[in-house]
Amino acid sequence: MCTRSADRPTSRQMAGVLTASVLSLLAAQAVAHAQGYPTRFEFGSPATEQEISAVAIAIPADGAGLPPGSGDYARGKAVYETQCAACHGTDLMGMAGLPNMPAGAQLRLIGGRGTLASKNPVMTVESYWPYATTLFDYVRRAMPFASPGSLTADEIYAVSAYILAEAKIIDKSMVLDSQTLPRVEMPNRHGFVPDPRPEMFK
Amino acid sequence: MSTIDSERDDEKTAPIEEALGRIGERISEAEAASEICECRQGMFALAATRRQLFGGAGLVAAAGMTAMMPRTGAAKAPPGAVEYPVPADSTKEQGRMMGEDGGYGARSQFESEVRWANPTRTASFTPLQNGYGVITPSGLHYERHHGGIPNIDPARHRLVLHGLVDRPMKYSLADLKRFPTVSRTYFMECSGTTGSEIMKAREPTVQRTHGLVSTSEWTGVPLSTLLRQTGLKPGAAWVLAEGADAAVMTRSVPIDKCLSDALVVFAQNGEAIRPEQGYPMRLFLPGWEGNISIKWLRRLEVSDKPYYTREETSKYTDLITKTGKARMFTFTMEAKSVITFPSGEMKLPGAGFYEITGLAWSGRGKIAHVEVSSDGGKNWSLAALQDPVLPICQTRFRFPWIWDGTPAIIQSRATDETGYSQPTHQQLIEERGPLESGSLFYHMNAIQSWAIEPDGSVKNVHPLG
Repeated sequence: MCTRSADRPTSRQMAGVLTASVLSLLAAQAVAHAQGYPTRFEFGSPATEQEISAVAIAIPADGAGLPPGSGDYARGKAVYETQCAACHGTDLMGMAGLPNMPAGAQLRLIGGRGTLASKNPVMTVESYWPYATTLFDYVRRAMPFASPGSLTADEIYAVSAYILAEAKIIDKSMVLDSQTLPRVEMPNRHGFVPDPRPEMFK
Repeated sequence: MSTIDSERDDEKTAPIEEALGRIGERISEAEAASEICECRQGMFALAATRRQLFGGAGLVAAAGMTAMMPRTGAAKAPPGAVEYPVPADSTKEQGRMMGEDGGYGARSQFESEVRWANPTRTASFTPLQNGYGVITPSGLHYERHHGGIPNIDPARHRLVLHGLVDRPMKYSLADLKRFPTVSRTYFMECSGTTGSEIMKAREPTVQRTHGLVSTSEWTGVPLSTLLRQTGLKPGAAWVLAEGADAAVMTRSVPIDKCLSDALVVFAQNGEAIRPEQGYPMRLFLPGWEGNISIKWLRRLEVSDKPYYTREETSKYTDLITKTGKARMFTFTMEAKSVITFPSGEMKLPGAGFYEITGLAWSGRGKIAHVEVSSDGGKNWSLAALQDPVLPICQTRFRFPWIWDGTPAIIQSRATDETGYSQPTHQQLIEERGPLESGSLFYHMNAIQSWAIEPDGSVKNVHPLG
């Protein structure tokens, strides 16, 4: 391994470094005789509100940032059948044997309540997902698989309503929007615990 | 045993394919005897890989002979290689001019190691069985994608840093490169690695059981440097990291990690990171499950709480079937090791000396020691560790062993500097409960067993039968 002195740049190297003004606090330990690194840098440029809002699409559990719009079961059924059923199945149970796609069980959206404490758990939106906002967020960012990010806010609210109603989590008459979606209580909301590791093996 | 006397490539490859098909078959004593001879001749002199050497009798001959034979015509080169004619005597004619490769080198046409992609094409596995040292060649680094590999023009890519900060900023790749940088050699491991092995031995090779782990030298800017520029507002506790892929992959990272050893990296093993590793820039969180080191990083949003994204709720949470509750934010990859030679589907040519070797790593720091057993865990001996032993980096271990030709089960057990040792399958199942759909058993770091049968063949075996 290198010794401390071997880490020291030559004076010529140092001159180049100083000229380029790229001193770093992190390397200061190895070049204690240098002038030191600035605490902050002026690289990059300020991000405008417009630039931020163009990419800031994440929805937290309290629903902050959910877009305007709304949707219900009936509209969602139509969206689902044209956009989702090919992989997730018309019965929402997942299509098996699709080429280059996860196994059918991983495409399943509903069912599985009461199976988590078994060696064959069925983990779905219905049985496992703790927040309804995550469903909206994920569909908006990554679905449908063939054309991710293509659904309108109304369509995402609607298809979320369809899936949650088929999962018997909400009523078929419920309209989802930025106010109602975060209030949906998911069955496995309290099914998560912090990481206890390292485990104490017997 | 097959031999090769033709100069035509298609005829030369036929015995290789035949031999590949024979892997795992029992062979006669006569064949075994000739195999020992061929192996010894070929072990170091010829351009055959270990898999070829130990994969099967016919293969040994085929690979060895191929390397020596004149090679004519333009047979298809392996990925990453270019096919050139092989002269009968390389000392009697000039070799090819430098620069014919366009200035970017290729590996030998006789080397064919590749990543193995799973049937759904969402993950590919590093061929650990034929790796040397600890650095994974960039082209063999494991992959896990959730929306394919995006093709990103670095001139148009920006990293936006905003949220609970005083000065929201955006950075181009060129901006990022102006900051002071650091280089660190770290392993990266998918939290799903080896999960399918929890209940029984399912996969035949170490590539498929353990190949979702790789090691590279990563170069980039400490995230703390960027956060010092933007400033943090009171309440800043988490940072949402988001990728520019079709999954717009998103994870929440505790601010403490972001202010300690987190990096935004743009280089891997001395050159730009590969597209499949997040070009032009990715997050790198040392020692944590690979999924959270968001690739194609386009956005970091500082917030007061996690976002509970799909990838930290529906996936990458550890269901404890014993209780029905799931562990959330299980970031650390704990101490783990595996013997890479000999390993599944190899075939030892006979009794005698072998250097057992493998890799050990821990997300909590340095490997303190690695023990090896050749009797299924009854007796353990310390293996030698290759210098330098780096924190949160794979460490190569080696162990001299004389195989007496009788059945053996070889294992390795790593202990890291915190004193944590790899558990057994039984201990993990007792702690977390059984899980048949093994791909969901995250953070599976049990001691791996390889059985060596009297004929020298090596198989993946499970301690629970």
